[in-house]
Amino acid sequence: MMLLGRLKSQLVASTSPWRLLARNYKVTVVGAGGGIGQPLSLLIRQNAGIRELALHDINEMKGIATDLSHISKPGRVTTFVGESQLEAAVSGANVVVVAAGMPRLPGMERDQLMAANGGVAAKVASAVSVACPGTLLAFITNPINMIVPTAAEVLKANGVFNPRRLFGITTLDVVRAKKFIGTAMGKDPGNVDITVIGGHAGITILPLLSTCKPPYLGEAKEIEKLIHRIQEAGTEVVKAKAGNGSATLSMAYAGAQFVDSLLRAIGGQEGVVECAFVASELTEAPFFASSLELGRYGIKRYLEIPQMNELEMEALAKLLPILRKNAEEGIDFARKYLKQLEKTVPTALPEAQ
Amino acid sequence: MILLRACARLPKVPLCVCGRQLGVLDLCGCSCRRGLKVTVVGAAGGIGQPLSLLLKANPDIDVLSVHDLRHTAGVAADLSHICTKSVVKAFEGPKKLKAAMKGADIVVVPAGLPRKPGMARSDLIGVNASVAADVAIAASDVCPGALLAYITNPINTIVPLAAAILKRKGTFDPNRLFGVTTLDCVRAKTFLGDAMNVNPQSVELPVIGGHTGTTILPIISQCKPEFKGEEMERLALVDRIQEAGTEVVKAKAGLGSATLSMAYAANQFVCSLIKAILGKSEEDVVEYAYVESDVTKVDFFATRIKLGPQGVMDNCGLPEMDEYEAAAMKCCLVELKKDIELGYKLSDDFKNRECE
Repeated sequence: MMLLGRLKSQLVASTSPWRLLARNYKVTVVGAGGGIGQPLSLLIRQNAGIRELALHDINEMKGIATDLSHISKPGRVTTFVGESQLEAAVSGANVVVVAAGMPRLPGMERDQLMAANGGVAAKVASAVSVACPGTLLAFITNPINMIVPTAAEVLKANGVFNPRRLFGITTLDVVRAKKFIGTAMGKDPGNVDITVIGGHAGITILPLLSTCKPPYLGEAKEIEKLIHRIQEAGTEVVKAKAGNGSATLSMAYAGAQFVDSLLRAIGGQEGVVECAFVASELTEAPFFASSLELGRYGIKRYLEIPQMNELEMEALAKLLPILRKNAEEGIDFARKYLKQLEKTVPTALPEAQ
Repeated sequence: MILLRACARLPKVPLCVCGRQLGVLDLCGCSCRRGLKVTVVGAAGGIGQPLSLLLKANPDIDVLSVHDLRHTAGVAADLSHICTKSVVKAFEGPKKLKAAMKGADIVVVPAGLPRKPGMARSDLIGVNASVAADVAIAASDVCPGALLAYITNPINTIVPLAAAILKRKGTFDPNRLFGVTTLDCVRAKTFLGDAMNVNPQSVELPVIGGHTGTTILPIISQCKPEFKGEEMERLALVDRIQEAGTEVVKAKAGLGSATLSMAYAANQFVCSLIKAILGKSEEDVVEYAYVESDVTKVDFFATRIKLGPQGVMDNCGLPEMDEYEAAAMKCCLVELKKDIELGYKLSDDFKNRECE
């Protein structure tokens, strides 16, 4: 019996086509030295299908790279430091995941982060435009609702924008929803199937509890509390860390899950579905998170939003204008950034002397 | 076939209701009744955080208890959002150590100070002995049946120190106390894999002895696939494996020692302990670890061990060695003897603490 089991697993392994291709990917982690970047890099390093894990940060990271390089998985670990090495870091990458930027501090709204982090999005998008325009670019950097539109605008300006290849990672909202709902129902959270749509801040996070599997049968008040907790879970961690940052470990977990899904889809695995914040025509908001079927070249299919109940439709109606405004702010930021770039680049070459 | 299996199950040793054999201390952790509990002491540190993350992702754990002197509330809140069934419980401060460890099936200890450039692992012994002693004392009181795994350096000294304390408290079980040396095995696989240009996961070689410098003995003559390099290359590899920890300390330039690879290795070891406790694995659960043993003339030595629900089930003893390795073994034993004696000597400093 045991022998048959082993034989079967060998057969399955060798005939799954995605596995055959799964040894040749380059993944770049931008912000690899940070609170999210380090555990995220550790989780990605554990993936045996990566030929190069490129780590980029503005600070020196030789130590982290050496540390990770000792892990007995195939593939090498390379490091790139500073803005000047950003293009080299992302060059040839199949997936670029961006964990760089400032975390939220207590009392800080996600919007206040934009001042610091908008530049990160713009610079990474610029580097990607030059060095790997076909890559799957996934942002963790907050505020996602604005960061992704910023990146899109920069990619558009460079003529390389493909809406199927740009993502804001909202997996942590799904992870949290599964955990809170699972705990409330006394079930293993791993077996909870929940769609979370909208955005990645406060009330723009909309978990569709009415379509949860197994069905969530709580009272209206409980549902409201649950939704509120999912929406404010990020703030819950910021407060608990009391000035020492925001969610890092759970974000790394969620980020790695999303990157793993991207890689499996690139490798040809069918039926890989994740929620993510993307350029979308599903609603009136230009950028919207919904369930996506991933494929070899990014988004294969935008899945229909499940049938919502009245309360959820109301919540959706409330969040869409916020997302539109966030998108405008993100695009605005990008335009200002690009204008500034034009000013610093000389319009004519200096004369030969 | 079924009859034979039934006969094989007839208890020759006392069994708990869950079917597990009861060990020396006749305690059934019986994790299957009340859930598997793992405690991480030092969970907010550089190793503790990524290790706790990896453990939280483990679907077999029911309770993950995280303890540290500070910052555990934030780490626990963060971890608690991960969508696996385990419940995270936070404990902060020295007074909460016992509460954190109460009823644990496994206690893994990354707590303590890391090395800075220029330091040897033995330079850490001052502070870290105190950490190790506190954990051993607490384990005796609140979870004497737990599998206790130390990461805190210097392992060579810390484990004998803990053993001496546990012996005085009457709760020592040589099968349940480990110094985690898995990282040396991980590094050996990586470096040999690189040298032979093969997938490091396919490399198997024994790494025995201790966990510092020349006490780390990679037995390259027994490497599978066979290492066919030159003598100089082999020596360089041995040296690199032995000094790999220092390689990371230097590269981090004062910002610490190996954290991510240590978390990876420690997680691998704890996962093996969990597989052994739950009895789920069809194959033998095998790891290398620094344990009390009579395999050599020194009291503690890292060898290949088979793990079972009560910890070490079988010590596989020494691998075959060639001349060079046998000679290196002799030097290793001399070093280890000193380190172990130091552990015993230092344990005396904590006699008063044991009675508190």
